[in-house]
Amino acid sequence: MSAEHSNNGGGWDLQEIQKIAERFADTPGGLMPLLHAVQERVGYVPSEAVPIIARTMNLSRAEVHGVISFYHDFKSAPQGRNVIRVCRAESCQAMGAVELASHIQRRLGIGFGQTSKDGAFTLEPVFCLGNCACSPAIVVGEDIYGRVSKERFDEIIARLNPGVGQS
Amino acid sequence: MATTIYVPRDSSAISLGADAVADAIRAEASRRGIEIKIVRNGSRGMFSHEPMVEVATAGGRVAYGPVTTGDVASMFDADFVSGSEHQLRIGVAEKIPYLKSQTRLTFARAGVIDPVSLDDYVAHGGYRGLRRALDMNPENIIAEVAKSGLRGRGGAGFPTGIKWKTAFDAPPTPKYVVCNADEGDSGTFSDRMLMEGDPFTLIEGMTIAAIAIGARRGYIYLRSEYPHANRALGEAIATAYAKNYLGDDILGSKKSFELEVRLGAGAYICGEETAMLESIEGKRGMVRAKPPIPAIEGLFGKPTIINNVISFATVPIIMERGAEFYRDFGAGTSRGTIPLQLAGNAKNPGLIEKPMGATLREIVYDYGGGTASGKRVRAVQVGGPLGAYFPESMLDVTLDYEAIAARGGILGHGGIVVFDETADMAQMARYAMEFCAIESCGKCTPCRIGSMRGTEVIDDIINKRRSRENLEILRDLCDTMKYGSLCLLGGLTPLPVLSALKFFPEDFGLDAADVDFIGPDLTISANAVTSNAIAPR
Repeated sequence: MSAEHSNNGGGWDLQEIQKIAERFADTPGGLMPLLHAVQERVGYVPSEAVPIIARTMNLSRAEVHGVISFYHDFKSAPQGRNVIRVCRAESCQAMGAVELASHIQRRLGIGFGQTSKDGAFTLEPVFCLGNCACSPAIVVGEDIYGRVSKERFDEIIARLNPGVGQS
Repeated sequence: MATTIYVPRDSSAISLGADAVADAIRAEASRRGIEIKIVRNGSRGMFSHEPMVEVATAGGRVAYGPVTTGDVASMFDADFVSGSEHQLRIGVAEKIPYLKSQTRLTFARAGVIDPVSLDDYVAHGGYRGLRRALDMNPENIIAEVAKSGLRGRGGAGFPTGIKWKTAFDAPPTPKYVVCNADEGDSGTFSDRMLMEGDPFTLIEGMTIAAIAIGARRGYIYLRSEYPHANRALGEAIATAYAKNYLGDDILGSKKSFELEVRLGAGAYICGEETAMLESIEGKRGMVRAKPPIPAIEGLFGKPTIINNVISFATVPIIMERGAEFYRDFGAGTSRGTIPLQLAGNAKNPGLIEKPMGATLREIVYDYGGGTASGKRVRAVQVGGPLGAYFPESMLDVTLDYEAIAARGGILGHGGIVVFDETADMAQMARYAMEFCAIESCGKCTPCRIGSMRGTEVIDDIINKRRSRENLEILRDLCDTMKYGSLCLLGGLTPLPVLSALKFFPEDFGLDAADVDFIGPDLTISANAVTSNAIAPR
């Protein structure tokens, strides 16, 4: 899995969203897997998709919006080419996650919840990756890393595919 | 014959480079013309040795670790394929004291077998429990689980047999079996390790539960932060369907059970069982008021048993070996074993399955070897983000539901997070409130507003802004959250806060006398609370 996999959108159209939505129309509680499927295809859940999803699932637009906005994972705007998630929970804090997070913010020049101007990076907090025995932990794209020191973080960033980190 | 080499596919091992190590071993073997077969097993849970590579030899599986890609060539030079000496050689895996001293019942196969090989699973005793259950009537299955003394390992510790009986007794409408695999507590990873290392055990446990209560459909609600567990579960479920262990007419029994994984989307509150049900139904993860309890009115309004991964995964061994076998481990009313998870600033973090009743000191020092930093242990949080912070002086507490509760804490999901002397416990208390504010579903005011206000008030105390008045507000706020919240997110957030205040007042710029309204069992004395706060129920 390469890091850019986290943002494989592009080339989608509303017809395709409609097709994805129809796959879940008869699934009990199908909205969550539907939203995951849209996000996996597009990289986020576009606002234009909401009325289509609502109509197909026989829900109001408010209900669909309510679900999208409730869950941290669902995004309403495109993310950076590399989404970096840094665990902020207790176990990682016990191993220096607060300092690591400061270093990462300085290194990338963005705060939590922000995307760099060139679209290369999005920084997100995450509350536990289940990697607590190897704290502090981060995820870059789909790849998980444990025992991340400042130096190790810099190495990980330097290893990203050429071009991926640049605009 | 090709030698079998084990390299874990556990996500923690991968986070330390296990995938690259597996590739390097494969490449090096091919270059040297040595025939090997690589099995991607789960982790045995000794993370100071991960990535831990094992080689099958006549004398047992010899472990090497922690292995990096740079070590691979020298390991081949030393003929590690025959189990030979090398500076990373630890010894025969089963004989490593960290493992040998444990009682692995739920985790008997994790780290040992190929997690997605049904043949391997069956060869190691898998599906014996289900076969026995299929020969029993449902009442007897439930009686067996009840007699084992198994209590919910997700954190609440509710007797599993009673929960199953309630759902069994409910009218025979569609019933559901739901596994809560939304393991969100920091410091816990046993669910993840089990799902990545032995997913068939969970599937078997859920199938037995379905047969017991007459459910034909089940869901595993898995947090999205666990993609490797999702992959392992997906492979195992597909194989179970293909080999007739799931689906229609399971093993010719006329019983059917459909099982699917549903992914969460990064909401801690969905680990609360009613919020989880809402999420599976495709809604916002808003907590429901109880009653009705889910065993009577659960998923889609139907009778539903909800258990944690570890609870379900413990059912197969109970059914295989019998209730007495399991019940004979443990202490007091806490029966059986518990997979404890040692994390944070621990020198030897890992998964430690022990009979109920080990002491916290034994886990932190005998297994953990103290802190990773080499500094003094200052605090240990037991039971996840909603658990109490205990000072070093209290580490002799035994780890069973009642002993921890007597000190005002919770055992929770068995997570233990160690902090060294550099930890700022006032900041940890503030974080507890902040976390609650971020993750609150927003349905009830004490949790939604109380946590926000709690963050501000702790900031004021730390910054010595009207400390005394703000401490009174914090006290009343904790009392209101504890007694007035709809679920345990708001209800237990005061616990880390009050324990930090009680045992580490100096970090807040306070004296012990300032916090004497907090009792030794971490309750707030009733006469301390101002009259407009909520009185204990």
